[in-house]
Amino acid sequence: MTYLIQGRTNDWEVVIGLEVHAQIISDAKLFSGAATSFGAEPNSQVSLVDAGMPGMLPVINEFCIQQAVRTGLGLDAKINLHSVFERKNYFYPDLPQGYQISQYLHPIVGEGMVRLDMPDGTREIGVERLHMEQDAGKSIHDQDPNRTFIDLNRSGVALMEIVSKPDLRSPEEAGAYLRKLRAIVQYLGTCDGNMEQGSLRCDANVSVRPSGSDELRTRAEIKNINSVRFVMQAIEYEAERQVDVYETGGSVVQETRLYDPDRGETRSMRSKEDAHDYRYFPDPDLLPIDLTPDFVEEIKKNLPELPDAKKVRFISEYGVTESDAGILVAEQETAKYFEEVALGRDAKLAANWVIHELFGVLNKVGKGISDSPIVADKLGNLVDLISNNVISSRIAKDVFEEMVAKGKDPGVIVEEKGLKQITDAGEIEIAVNNVIADNADQVKKFREGNQKLVGWFVGQVMKKTQGKANPQMVNELLLEKLKG
Amino acid sequence: MALDEATVRKIAKLARIKVPENEVPTLAEELSKIIEWIEQLNEVDTENVTPMTSMAEMVMPKRADKVTDGNYPDRVLSNAPNPEGPFYTVPKVIE
Amino acid sequence: MSELTELTIAEARDGLVNRKFSSVELTDVHIRAVEAARDLNAFVTETLDLAIERAKASDDRRAKGKPAGGMDGIPIAVKDLFCTEGVLTTASSHILDGFIPPYESTVSQNLRDAGSVMLGKTNMDEFAMGSANVTSFYGAVKNPWYVNDGKDRVPGGSSGGSAAAVAANISLGAAGSDTGGSIRQPASFCGVVGMKPTYGRCSRWGMVAFASSLDQAGPLTRTVRDAAIMLQAMAGHDSKDSTSSTEPVPNFEASITGEIKGLKIGIPSEYRIDGMSSEIEGLWSQGVEMLKDAGAEPLEVSLPHTKYALPTYYIVAPAEASSNLARYDGVRYGLRVDAETLDEMYETTRGEGFGQEVRRRIMMGAYVLSAGYYDAYYVKAQKLRTLILKDFSDAFKKVDAILTPTTPFAAFAIGEKMDDPVQMYINDVFTVPSSLAGLPAITVPAGLSNEGLPLGLHLITKPFGEETLFCVADVLENLVSFHTKPAYLSKDAR
Repeated sequence: MTYLIQGRTNDWEVVIGLEVHAQIISDAKLFSGAATSFGAEPNSQVSLVDAGMPGMLPVINEFCIQQAVRTGLGLDAKINLHSVFERKNYFYPDLPQGYQISQYLHPIVGEGMVRLDMPDGTREIGVERLHMEQDAGKSIHDQDPNRTFIDLNRSGVALMEIVSKPDLRSPEEAGAYLRKLRAIVQYLGTCDGNMEQGSLRCDANVSVRPSGSDELRTRAEIKNINSVRFVMQAIEYEAERQVDVYETGGSVVQETRLYDPDRGETRSMRSKEDAHDYRYFPDPDLLPIDLTPDFVEEIKKNLPELPDAKKVRFISEYGVTESDAGILVAEQETAKYFEEVALGRDAKLAANWVIHELFGVLNKVGKGISDSPIVADKLGNLVDLISNNVISSRIAKDVFEEMVAKGKDPGVIVEEKGLKQITDAGEIEIAVNNVIADNADQVKKFREGNQKLVGWFVGQVMKKTQGKANPQMVNELLLEKLKG
Repeated sequence: MALDEATVRKIAKLARIKVPENEVPTLAEELSKIIEWIEQLNEVDTENVTPMTSMAEMVMPKRADKVTDGNYPDRVLSNAPNPEGPFYTVPKVIE
Repeated sequence: MSELTELTIAEARDGLVNRKFSSVELTDVHIRAVEAARDLNAFVTETLDLAIERAKASDDRRAKGKPAGGMDGIPIAVKDLFCTEGVLTTASSHILDGFIPPYESTVSQNLRDAGSVMLGKTNMDEFAMGSANVTSFYGAVKNPWYVNDGKDRVPGGSSGGSAAAVAANISLGAAGSDTGGSIRQPASFCGVVGMKPTYGRCSRWGMVAFASSLDQAGPLTRTVRDAAIMLQAMAGHDSKDSTSSTEPVPNFEASITGEIKGLKIGIPSEYRIDGMSSEIEGLWSQGVEMLKDAGAEPLEVSLPHTKYALPTYYIVAPAEASSNLARYDGVRYGLRVDAETLDEMYETTRGEGFGQEVRRRIMMGAYVLSAGYYDAYYVKAQKLRTLILKDFSDAFKKVDAILTPTTPFAAFAIGEKMDDPVQMYINDVFTVPSSLAGLPAITVPAGLSNEGLPLGLHLITKPFGEETLFCVADVLENLVSFHTKPAYLSKDAR
């Protein structure tokens, strides 16, 4: 299912590479002992190092190195035992040192791969590299008519920049890549993936080319996009803009652009138009990172099960379908929730309830699975009630609604409301007999050959039993009696 | 000259240093002289030499992931020209 | 002036221990010396009240039998490159106007912890960039040495104020910093001992950075023993500096044994540079002979890449400086020149805040790092550095220390050598190679020029070989027996 933009002269293909900045989960910053938590008072989580005071020096946080290596391993990537911090020199008021400590020629992680499950099959997207760097502070432009305010709380927070190869070919793939990457770092515990708070930010490099060509044309870089949806929208807009430029005889310029979600368009960032010359050189305040193979091996041994592996296991262990497994592993919390529900139970039934009923409710109320109104344990109890024929699937839906509303245990709801399924053959037989006696016409029609009417009869019996009769028993008894 | 006036203007901009226009020619001349002087390094064949990357021959020391610093906005801001509440300020930046 | 100002640190220490005088008494005479010598312009900031306070505290400690450390009660000066909590720190630059650090550099803290008494912050070349102390925003420092030609001499630089203060008996010792010779060259020009330890011996934390891979703190004193005592207080591992060494710090004073028999002293032929004056040549030969007479074995050694050290230095140091000085942007501290736009503010603040030499080096550094030139200049220079380091390590397979002149000439008059930056750079021709290699080195006053100005001899050894240096330098000091005092100390006005 190739994504093509139909131009006036020919079809165009989109070439996309993503640079993702992921904030490393750590208590302290990359090179100082200041805290990293979100939402603190302005300039309170700032050490003298983070404020770029004269004579202040960086000392690396060892845990951040582990986190970067862990992420690299999670991306099936090559871990570089030797890597070097360099200074990226540029002036900006939220960059107190006048340079960002980053990695350039020798990143800690080399080539890796992210696997995407697209509707038309699996796509493998290359990862070019992953490197560590410090975040900058925050510039606040809307507090004063003449001045920009600077908060350095984020200054020095550890980031991983994960750069994909230009392997993505559609907004959908870009979205899938970003979601998958987010899932992987969340599984690994190396980044919380929160795009709203800026823990995960994305720059998209977009270019277009005539369909079938393999040239790489000039690209535009769309900076700092903060949701998956916006990434997809920005790419879609930008690709169409570029096609339009080419088709009207223009040429695309290499530039930095900004996505404006309100207008749904990208625009050139004039302030960044200066030709950049970052003058990278190895930071003389730091030494190279030299890792031992044992250090890497130790991290490898303790890697959690990642989405791809989990998906395979869910299919083989729980017998769920490939597409259900894909949905269940997309987020670590969902997978965990599902396993709690499924463990020792009818896993397919569990998958059904999680994916269809629970997700339906969560979508409706706009909550994530970690804030689910129904905890896994209780949903498991509901599955048990169904499997053990205590209630029917039909009744289960009512119970589920009650659970959402009141948060009660399903067993209690069933008790209180007397929803227990009728499995007493005698009781069901009475109801069946009554229905048959009351509807001689219909019985006649059935016996004349209208077999479809059996459904109608089941409905009548269920009505009589307030839906509590075991549907299978009703079915069997009805057929027996009707065929007389 | 190794370094022309346009280059002087470019690097002055890069380094964010205002150089009055009438000083540009002198600066170009001075810097060119220095550049010509340092170019004597080209006499040395360094084909197979590894560039030095660090002075200290040791394993880079590392800190534990502990919060040990910060929480003193007053100290951080004590020297700030023209601060506003808990913020540093600069002339308005237009993005 | 009182004879207390003529003491060495070792003598003052003994006097304090034996209660011949108190730290307050000792400090007080030095305060008067500081006040009397203001015409030298050795200090940017005097901390005289603070000095009295610390001297009192020292006397209290001693009275309780709990002296703080090896320098308790000793008045010293501190180069204005070390950040000092609550005390103006300028690096002699306009751009650090009014900067009061809310922290104390590790080296100045170590000196405080050892009990020393800070008299003030000494003048220096702006951001340590210079060899004559003429680039200071606070004006040139005068060398206490002069001859009867009516010209004031430069004290050398960048630690010019520190060297002048020690030479003029204003302070018993001074903390300096050396990037390409900034301790050794002014010490030589002012006739005092100057010591640059191995890179990593002293923490760089809180020291205003010039070139991070070269900067190293060290003492300026009147004797080799004093340098050992003072380095003892300054040195040590610091977990806040990633390049700080974990090598144990030996007892430096104990290395002064007077015994150098059998030590091999290298004489590098490449240091006989074109046009070297006969007086320097003579001083050097004399030094070799003296060490030989004391039982050492002089050996010719070759350091083939010596001539490339200066141009290498003038790529590496400005490159690092251009980045290190990017933080002076008018946003968080120091000078800000207000402007309508951000770039205007940056450019005028930095244009006005930095002096000519600093601006020149920042631009030079930005140029050698810029796209298209990085490999040709910066990488090339770092390769040369590898070769220079190798020259030294090869030499130290054969010899224990290397003897060279400290400077190619004696102190020149203020205002000279200003036209051509490269001519000024030649000052550091003998000190820069060991800086590039991170090696410890020391200068000892060894004689007078024909004009009557002091000249130094320079010893270099392998990394963390400071003990060898102190030992050999002490022997040399005794043999040279340099006791001439600067003219300033005998001038009529005093």
